[in-house]
Amino acid sequence: MKEKLTEELVAMRAARELAPGDYCNLGIGVPLNCANYAPEGVMLQSENGVLGHGPPYDSENIEQHIEQIDWDVVDAGMRYLSYAPGMSFFDMLTSFAMIRSGRLISILGGLQVSEQGDAAIHSLSEENIAAKIGGSMDLTWGARRLIITMTHCSKDGSPKIVRELTMPLTIKGRVNLIVTDMAVIEVVSNGLVLREVAPGWTPKEIQEQTEANLSIAPDVHEMEF
Amino acid sequence: MRDKVSTAAEAIAEVWNGDLVAANFWGPGTPNYLWQALSKHSAKDLTICTNNYVLRADVLKEQGVIGAALVLSQTRKVIAAFSAIQQEDASDSEEIARRVQEGTLEFESIPHGVFIERLHAGAMRLGGIYCPVGIGTLVEEGRETRVINGVKYIFQEPIVPDVGLISADKADKFGNLVYHGTARAANPIIAMASKYTVAEVFEIVEPGELEPDTIVTPGAFVDRIVLIPEDDPGSRRRRAERTLTSIRYRQQKLAEAAAIAAQGGQA
Repeated sequence: MKEKLTEELVAMRAARELAPGDYCNLGIGVPLNCANYAPEGVMLQSENGVLGHGPPYDSENIEQHIEQIDWDVVDAGMRYLSYAPGMSFFDMLTSFAMIRSGRLISILGGLQVSEQGDAAIHSLSEENIAAKIGGSMDLTWGARRLIITMTHCSKDGSPKIVRELTMPLTIKGRVNLIVTDMAVIEVVSNGLVLREVAPGWTPKEIQEQTEANLSIAPDVHEMEF
Repeated sequence: MRDKVSTAAEAIAEVWNGDLVAANFWGPGTPNYLWQALSKHSAKDLTICTNNYVLRADVLKEQGVIGAALVLSQTRKVIAAFSAIQQEDASDSEEIARRVQEGTLEFESIPHGVFIERLHAGAMRLGGIYCPVGIGTLVEEGRETRVINGVKYIFQEPIVPDVGLISADKADKFGNLVYHGTARAANPIIAMASKYTVAEVFEIVEPGELEPDTIVTPGAFVDRIVLIPEDDPGSRRRRAERTLTSIRYRQQKLAEAAAIAAQGGQA
């Protein structure tokens, strides 16, 4: 059995999509870890109303930082944030205007992505009583570039990159790039292109774990971190 | 100018049966103290409009870590952007499942941006808005759509809360408010949208002490100001303690889940 990438490595690879000067919103889960690997000069945004914050305090060792922590400064994942030069606070109307403006890159987790670039992100698992939409529809709709990070297959081994979504739709046709624990796949107008494979994996093996049809990029290569 | 400072009980006495109550629930900027006062008030059949409707573990509630579900028995409907309502360590879960089944409790899920712009439309007293977010999703179900200049939009009604319960850093006695950090969140929008707005604050100062340039919510939007008492779990002094309790509990749960997963069971 070949090794799939750890969540940390997926976050590292996704963070390579960011460049100094980019504004970026990171979703809860693996995407938030991209903050640790984003190049200097990337301004991170969180929808509760902060742009350009510093690294979050390590919640495992929160006791050591009690003197420094500002209890009123968190990200959407409720992590306490450090200050950084140039950061700003604002209300959520301003925040969602920013999110809808096409100025941000969104890196979000996903449940399924289709070959048309549709994504299922919010879950409807709670017996259909209350959907967990959160910011997912705004962040996907308004993004300059939409990157989905997820495991390539679900826990039962079924593929998450599919021909048609079977889970509730969050956004239609907006995904640009999928970074999984096995591959990097670009969404283009006529389907999906396999750009990179995790170390040790072959394009053929990736296709076997993917329901949607993949075109193999001529320069397909191993992922770098 | 009238002094707007009041007790929580006096301010909350203006909430009536069937009211639509809006509040920001998302860590900092949550009106914890007013919410406790609401839970002790008799008003029922409330519609609760909040960004996050997340249940709290029973052991945390006992220590003053509360969520919007504190007033669950008084609630008829929840309008929220993000809900977490199935948690085995929260006894509210069962009550919610039962009452939804019975038809005495209803949930409406909307995107976070739509939550904010419906309140903003309410603040501007608009008849509604056409929004492109949510096309093809559950958000479109049962709602009017319209194509404008080739783009399809969903009609969204404004939200004008009967009562807005908000949280701010400081107030002067006229009700001018300043916020701190990400505790600003949805509070200024809720203040503008609501017919009756109550603000809980950590500190009340004399008029003239707040720099006019820095005031975010002008006093015209604020009807009552309530000071959070020093001994309340939501006070500045006790907040670190309450937050640490919450973080430690979450870590303990994660560790337990990891231990179960390591034994090959279901986490």
